[in-house]
Amino acid sequence: MMKMSKSKRKRLIYNCVTFALVIVAFIVLQSMIANKTITRSLKGQLVPICCWVVMAVSLNLVIGISGELSLGHAGFMSVGAYTGAVVSGWLLRAFDMQDPTLRLVVAVAAGGILAGIAGTLIGIPVLRLRGDYLAIVTLAFGEIIRNLVNVLYIGTANGKLYFSFLNKELPADVTMLVDGAKGAVKIKPISTFTAGFVLIILTLIVVLNLVNSRAGRAIKACRDNRIAAESMGVNVTKYKMMAFVTAAVLAGMAGALYGLNSSTVVPTQFTFNQSINVLVFVVLGGLGNVLGSIISATLLTVLPEILRAFADYRMLVYAVVLILVMIATNNPIIRAWLTRLGNIFRHKFQRGTEKGGAAR
Amino acid sequence: MSDQMKSKHSTTRMVPVPTNSIVPERDVNAIPVLETRHLGIEFGGLKAVDDFNLTIGKTEIAGLIGPNGAGKTTVFNLLTKVYEPTTGAVLINGRDLHGLSIVQASKLGIARTFQNIRLFDKMTVEENVRIGLHNQIKYDMLSGILRLPRYWKQEKRQHEKAMELLSIFGMQDLADEEAGSLPYGAQRRLEIVRALATDPKLLLLDEPAAGMNPHETEELMENIAKIRDQFKIAILLIEHDMSLVMGVCEGICVLNFGRVIAKGTADEIQANPVVIEAYLGKKKEAAK
Repeated sequence: MMKMSKSKRKRLIYNCVTFALVIVAFIVLQSMIANKTITRSLKGQLVPICCWVVMAVSLNLVIGISGELSLGHAGFMSVGAYTGAVVSGWLLRAFDMQDPTLRLVVAVAAGGILAGIAGTLIGIPVLRLRGDYLAIVTLAFGEIIRNLVNVLYIGTANGKLYFSFLNKELPADVTMLVDGAKGAVKIKPISTFTAGFVLIILTLIVVLNLVNSRAGRAIKACRDNRIAAESMGVNVTKYKMMAFVTAAVLAGMAGALYGLNSSTVVPTQFTFNQSINVLVFVVLGGLGNVLGSIISATLLTVLPEILRAFADYRMLVYAVVLILVMIATNNPIIRAWLTRLGNIFRHKFQRGTEKGGAAR
Repeated sequence: MSDQMKSKHSTTRMVPVPTNSIVPERDVNAIPVLETRHLGIEFGGLKAVDDFNLTIGKTEIAGLIGPNGAGKTTVFNLLTKVYEPTTGAVLINGRDLHGLSIVQASKLGIARTFQNIRLFDKMTVEENVRIGLHNQIKYDMLSGILRLPRYWKQEKRQHEKAMELLSIFGMQDLADEEAGSLPYGAQRRLEIVRALATDPKLLLLDEPAAGMNPHETEELMENIAKIRDQFKIAILLIEHDMSLVMGVCEGICVLNFGRVIAKGTADEIQANPVVIEAYLGKKKEAAK
């Protein structure tokens, strides 16, 4: 076999660990479900955890890899959630499609596509801006989407979809799918943990493979030094757009899954606060660190539930935990200590493999 | 004058042809790689570069020198379309660069290095060179994500080409290092390799020897000549190290306060009283 370079091997190990972690977690949780040893609250949280993991990883693509601060990621999630709810409801009522798996797949795909279109439309003007301006405009986008779906009415009757905007002017015999401020209603929950797992794996494949390809290198180059990247003939806007839209598609898919996990979706679920939450996952997990995003998204989704016992104080504790983790991970002394620990571990590991090699 | 320019040249934009070009031309009949005509740029009334005329032949090594603040880097920024000139035109192989973007200019065959090194610090040396190969060895995003056969084939080609380019400066062993962690001289060399990877026709080097010791400078000098011979490209370099400029440049253009004050071969420039004055000041003042 060709001798693999150091950075390549490091990357391969990192990717393998990431995939292995997700797969092992899935197997463990599935067996816990089978044994009925899983707590009720955790079981209910499984699909949302998957959704938030996908959200965090996709936002990491924009913030960590592409280096643009986007504060409207929940907006794409809501586009996906609504699309998923409408598509699923429509398929069930108009085409009598009973198979939930097929319906889920179509709904999630549709959610991704629509969010991707929204991402393209937003991206064209927004990615001409830099830094703070981009953050402000994406923030505004999130709010605009929320307010738009607040006055959106969609119903279905006789296999047709009816849309209405601002006021409810639909034929009397329609079944409402989206009812203004009441949100998407009468959703048949069809999301499953397996679907969430598949979506995470899909996201990881897309993000990790993209990052380690020609396009991914171009995206990173634009982040590191815009002028130099342009001088090398890299079309900066195109690659920023690529990262932004890919992230939007993934967020839309996560949104569809999230929306189809409960019986209603309301606009207030996707506020600015949610965008910030996802941002916290990303920052805490480390910019550009996909594995970190997965872990922090999982822990920070579970944590508020664990702290439910403290009821009134839980957000307080959450904040304190957050601050402590940030201090710990940014403290140079602690970081150096962690690196040393890692080195010791690696040396032992390497010596082990060398011995193994000699024995052979 | 306007009649003259109409009759002689039929480029889309009318720019009068300078009468006082040229750095000596090797291929007299060929279209010059670079031609600038009355190039100028103003920043709020300040003429940073004014009436800059320069012609560089196909495989020529030319130098652009001048005291600090003379506008040398501004010229580079005009040539690479970082700035849009206020007056005049830049022609690459006879094509007007008017209205083109930095990326389009790069695709036409201009590559550059930067005075204040602009590497992709967080990426490895090899990845930096691969960015230079961005438009040379291509595959689309989907083959990358799905890892189609095309991905493996092109990645391999990129790797081989990157290693080949790195070997010019004997940097193959550093391929795996983070670019930001390299010593200063190596970073400068990597910038040249990265620029070469874009397959340029004209290479612009902005102070390539800055921060190098005399030994390294000498090595660089040999390498610049080697690059020209091997890649058959034209090179324009800005440099303060006169041993390098005089040693390797076939034509030299001296800039002061945004204007060309002298052009010619190394010997001519060294003997030129205007140049000496620009660098050292007038004799009278020196005596005071």
